[in-house]
Amino acid sequence: MLRYIIKRLIWLAFVLLGLCAITFTLSRIIPSDPAASYLGPRPRPEQVEKVRVQLGLDKPLYVQFAYYMRNLVHGDLGESLRTHRPVLQGIWEHLPASLDLMITAIFIALSVGIPLGVLSAKKENTTLDHLTRLFSVANVSVPSFWLAMIFQIVFFRWLGIFPIGGRIDTVVNLVSPIKQITGFYALDALITGNWAALKSTLSHLILPSITLAAYSTGLIARMTRSTMLEVLREDYITTARAYGISEREILFVQALRNALGPTLTTAGLCFAFMLTGTFFVELIFFWPGLGTYTVNAIFLNDYPVIMGITIIMAVFYVVVNLAVDILLAVANPRIRLG
Amino acid sequence: MAAVTVLSIRDLKTYFYTQEGVSRAVDGVSYHVIRGETLGVVGESGCGKSVTALSILRLIPSPPGKIVSGEIIFEGHNLMDLPLDKMREIRGNKISMIFQEPLTSLNPVFTIGSQLSKVFILHQNLTKKEAKKKAIEMLSACEMPSPERIMKEYPYQLSGGMRQRAMIAMALGCNSKVLIADEPTTALDVTIQAQILDLTLQLRKEFGMTMILITHNLGIVAKAADRVVVMYAGEKVEEADVFSLFEKPRHPYTIALMKSIPILGRSEKFLKEVKGVVPAPYLEISGCKFADRCPEAMRRCHREKPQLREVEKGHLVACFR
Amino acid sequence: MVMEIQKTKHNWLNKGREYWRGMNLILKNPLTTFGLGIIIILVATALLAPHLAPYPEQGRGMSNLKERLVPPGFRHPFGTDNLGRDILSRIIIGARTSLKAAIAVVLIVIAIGVPLGLIAGYFGGKVDEIIMRFADMILAFPSLLLAIAIVASLGPNLLNALIAISIPWWPWYTRLVRSQVISLKEMQFVESARAIGASRLRIMFRHILPNCLSPVIVQATLDMGYIILSLASLGFLGLGTQPPAADWGVMVSDGREFFLKQWWISTFSGVAIFLTVLAFNLLGDGVREALDPKIRWRFQRK
Ligand SMILES: Nc1ncnc2c1ncn2[C@@H]1O[C@H](COP(=O)(O)OP(=O)(O)OP(=O)(O)O)[C@@H](O)[C@H]1O
Ligand SMILES: [Mg+2]
Repeated sequence: MLRYIIKRLIWLAFVLLGLCAITFTLSRIIPSDPAASYLGPRPRPEQVEKVRVQLGLDKPLYVQFAYYMRNLVHGDLGESLRTHRPVLQGIWEHLPASLDLMITAIFIALSVGIPLGVLSAKKENTTLDHLTRLFSVANVSVPSFWLAMIFQIVFFRWLGIFPIGGRIDTVVNLVSPIKQITGFYALDALITGNWAALKSTLSHLILPSITLAAYSTGLIARMTRSTMLEVLREDYITTARAYGISEREILFVQALRNALGPTLTTAGLCFAFMLTGTFFVELIFFWPGLGTYTVNAIFLNDYPVIMGITIIMAVFYVVVNLAVDILLAVANPRIRLG
Repeated sequence: MAAVTVLSIRDLKTYFYTQEGVSRAVDGVSYHVIRGETLGVVGESGCGKSVTALSILRLIPSPPGKIVSGEIIFEGHNLMDLPLDKMREIRGNKISMIFQEPLTSLNPVFTIGSQLSKVFILHQNLTKKEAKKKAIEMLSACEMPSPERIMKEYPYQLSGGMRQRAMIAMALGCNSKVLIADEPTTALDVTIQAQILDLTLQLRKEFGMTMILITHNLGIVAKAADRVVVMYAGEKVEEADVFSLFEKPRHPYTIALMKSIPILGRSEKFLKEVKGVVPAPYLEISGCKFADRCPEAMRRCHREKPQLREVEKGHLVACFR
Repeated sequence: MVMEIQKTKHNWLNKGREYWRGMNLILKNPLTTFGLGIIIILVATALLAPHLAPYPEQGRGMSNLKERLVPPGFRHPFGTDNLGRDILSRIIIGARTSLKAAIAVVLIVIAIGVPLGLIAGYFGGKVDEIIMRFADMILAFPSLLLAIAIVASLGPNLLNALIAISIPWWPWYTRLVRSQVISLKEMQFVESARAIGASRLRIMFRHILPNCLSPVIVQATLDMGYIILSLASLGFLGLGTQPPAADWGVMVSDGREFFLKQWWISTFSGVAIFLTVLAFNLLGDGVREALDPKIRWRFQRK
């Protein structure tokens, strides 16, 4: 067990080093001179030279990489070219809004995807199975930016039941502002008993989180289905049936417990790459999170911000994957005790 | 004591609809068990013994399997007609089963204790505590060392023999009338086989159960069974009480089986003197299915199917000879 | 030598037969057939685009300011955009752009991934180790994020978008080819070629490569959906195809400004993306299921 974890941690270090090499390379092939973009339009040559020295751009590449790594290790991701504020601070400020969305979305994906997958496996090759399959593949295939807009047309413009975007209604936020405790609006509103704000937060959360959840829902349903199909062929399922255990218990307890591993791995991956999903969903729902922060940086060619976010998100992705693997290893009695 | 039939199977047909075609795994099998006896069911691997047993409890995976026709009469009811929830009351409660593969027949993510208790709670309306007590009791009846510890262990932590003991504990704890043991020892270490068999037989007697013992080992049949059904390629070819079967086997297949009785504890070289293999179960065969391999086959055997006939009282055989 | 060639041929024949059987199995599933149908329509549309499009010049980008933002109707079934261009024409021409771009990505991916897989599988040892570790490392990152970072640094244009999508994607092909090569290496016809004294290169390219191409082609077809979605996503962020060329992702993005009132611009171009990706994924799903139910859905990352 310990050896497994250590092995994975070494691999993690290796992957992260590779990641830094990639972002370093990318930041050096950016067409415009970083020094020039640091200074803004039309700098004087001697100014450029000074900044080049200041940024260490006159040193050989490996020295530059060493500097780069040193800065990264100290949490220094550089400054935004536009606002001249540290990138890490920007990420930190925008993170809670995104996490809010992502956690809700993964929750939706799990609670819809798993039961669908289980039922679809149980009813293999029936109409229900085909419909579920269509539903999951459709979820995986739909471009989230388009789905978001369709939701806005239907639920905001036509039906008028959900707001078009944002995290909370401006008026509500003025009348009964949320006291920030955790940074998660719904939770903060709940803790402080701020019902008006809670209601507004939730109604703002629904459309974006469903959009963000679509891809994961499809993937989780499919993964659950295929693992369940395998598990349902196992001898111990026949044993359970032979001893009169109810079909419901067999499906949702005896079989699902065995099928949950790959499903949770999938969920972990889904959660991690929801970060990329936020780019599109947040942009369209005016959600003030990391996605919006990134997309704005892309529109404004703010390279340090793009690179910083790439690093942080990739680290997040790799670490979440590792955490899921280790958690599963710990949860599996065979590995835990063996 | 009058011979009371506890369970009888009538003209059971269980087919599998696969890509290669319709596999007639069980093709018109009938047999019955009398209260208190042990019925041995023998035959080569793949001849449909397990499928028959699973059909009794209607556990055939469907698709691809389907019980096409036949009756399973138990306590005056045809199990085929019971709704599924009534069927569930019979499974484990009235008829219980031990499987061939102790390695895979227990759920790997639950402890032995929780799997046993769950079944006992379900069928005997016990509280959690009582069920646990009962499970420990049954485990020690199955000669498990330190049953309290075993309760907390997961299947993979036990040896094959121990797992099979746990399965037996589960089957016996249900106080069911009929115990179907599907090759309970085949997958085990040779040294353990005899132990487990003895244990099963002894406990069966203690608990007064009727048993269907499925095996491909005539040695086990000779030791344990009162009556014997010999199956070949999805059909019953001979049925007799154990003495007359061993004294005067009629069907050439049975005779061939006799010649190759594996000795308990030796590797089994099965039917080595009979050439050929079992015909693929999806082939249509008009004559006797054994004819191709039969040393005494006549021309008639290839054309016409021999019907079961009673050669002596209680001794049925499907052969023209 | 002749014998050995025959063996290779035999192998192909068998494979062909297998695929035919697989095809029958695949088409049994109505959804898969549906996917295949849409793909056929899509390919036909792309091939005949200039003839099918009612206003081909508008499809290529010529504006027509007299008819701006016309709702769907008789003259313009899907309406027109803010520059008065017929949406239907742009979608049809866009089908061509999308397919071309997706095929380009597949070719790049194959050009990088397949030789690396061949080398890794055939030589094994250290070379294999290095290549596969590198591949694993790239697979450890979220691919769309990597692609975005790459285009953002290289500068937004179609070529860079193609490169950016290919870079995180080739390792899948390296893995696929490598596993094929490892199993083929031991086969009779390769052994006999070696016995005859054929050179390594010859064995690799004449004997092994042809035999691993068919799974690569199948895989490439199935990956089209993912690639088209990625291209559309980059296009939507302004990092892919540049205007005035027609691109579905760009069209959805262009329509965003107006879509609460002039809903048709984004809606119809989005439907085009959705249906295309759906079709490829349905086909892929069915193929994978038919080939081996145990093969899990390969993890398609966004
Ligand atoms: N799930 C299934 N799908 C298709 N065919 C099956 C299935 N289960 C059983 N069969 C077929 O039914 C036939 C009988 O199988 P069965 O398991 O009853 O044999 P058996 O007599 O128990 O043999 P063994 O001694 O190996 O346990 C086999 O030929 C097998 O091909
Ligand atoms: Mg069997």
